[in-house]
Amino acid sequence: MATLGDLERAVMDLLWEHQEAITANILRDLLSQRTTDDNAESRPLAVTTVLTVLSRLEKKGLVERERASRPHRYRAVTSREEHTAELMLEVLGSAPDREAVLARFIGTVSPGEAQTLRTLLGRP
Amino acid sequence: MFWTSWFLAALAIALAWPVPVFLSRAAWPARAPFAAMVLWQSIALAGGLSMIGAMLCWGLVPLGENLASGLHGLALILLGRDSLDTLGLIHAFALSAAALLSAHLVFTLWLTYYRIQRQRSRHRDLLNLLSSPSTDRPDTLVINHQAPVAYCLPGGSRSVTVLSEGLLELLSPEELHAVLLHEQTHLLQRHHLLLWAFAAWRSALPWLPTSKLAQQAVSSLIEIMADDVALRSVDKATLVTAIALVASGSAQLPADTLMADNASQIDTPTTTSARLSKLLAPAPALATGRQVLIIAGALMLLAIPTALLLVPGILA
Repeated sequence: MATLGDLERAVMDLLWEHQEAITANILRDLLSQRTTDDNAESRPLAVTTVLTVLSRLEKKGLVERERASRPHRYRAVTSREEHTAELMLEVLGSAPDREAVLARFIGTVSPGEAQTLRTLLGRP
Repeated sequence: MFWTSWFLAALAIALAWPVPVFLSRAAWPARAPFAAMVLWQSIALAGGLSMIGAMLCWGLVPLGENLASGLHGLALILLGRDSLDTLGLIHAFALSAAALLSAHLVFTLWLTYYRIQRQRSRHRDLLNLLSSPSTDRPDTLVINHQAPVAYCLPGGSRSVTVLSEGLLELLSPEELHAVLLHEQTHLLQRHHLLLWAFAAWRSALPWLPTSKLAQQAVSSLIEIMADDVALRSVDKATLVTAIALVASGSAQLPADTLMADNASQIDTPTTTSARLSKLLAPAPALATGRQVLIIAGALMLLAIPTALLLVPGILA
């Protein structure tokens, strides 16, 4: 749990595991359990740190907050699978303006081209 | 000024349509990718410069013999010391068009930059959550997905190469090495800056043949350049197999992964076929003398409109 990035990952992993919204306190306890499992010497996590991470994730549009009750409860906006799909869509999509965002090893291949290549490679 | 403006207009038209069409059909760019890249950049820059310059010069005809005296006259009008009547309505219109086109080009460049940065930052956020650092390679992330993909996400010191687990399973260590060399070349040679400039050029003037042809040519040239660098360290058969394996695998994805994206495939890049045919039926690199000639020609192309605009008295 060295960087904020690692913490964001851990928080998202927990939120993805939980169907219902949970509070920062519960998240802190769950995170502390995990760190003690991994590394007994790590310092206990402060709730404020968890809240910082949550508000960063909220700004990025990954987490939403339920303000109806106090303390506020947090949940993941979409599932891990949907985020993976979004990521892959960006990687494999073929809109011209995406080309400048990331440089792919292989651009879009038509199904016909792919079939020809598979035949040449001697694969089904 | 009058003849300068007509000459620049003729140059602008030539660079907007016939020249890029001929260049995009030529076979030599694959044999001299660097020279071709320089030529495309100079066509875009000289084209933009002569478009704006033609309108500017024609607009300034009533005000002076050359650009400096014309701009001086324009400044006097804008300051209110001279009457607008000396300019006339049509010439004022040409000057406004020149100003609008310049502003449009600069604004589109900035907007494209902003949009690309925002998409990259969103992509980096998602990667941060969904990928894990490679255990044996620096600046490399691995995403848990079966589709074989490899790409790099540029971002200065935060540039990363991303590989999928599907790719790692599919390729042999040698083939993977070829893929990584290819991707690192994109990052090292700053290909994303070229893609940015030409993407902006295309979205600024989408109806112009040159902007679309230039963007397609540049996307395919950078792949050839990256392949050429990879070929210095791996043999051709390895690279060809890697390209073929990744290409045939990525089209085999389940439909739900790609969602509705098939509908938005505006122009399927023919880059993969072009790369493979270049690798399988290699033509020797263009002779050094010719490459130098092409680069010199490209620089001349850029120098002509610049000189016409700045040096007084070349054309009346």
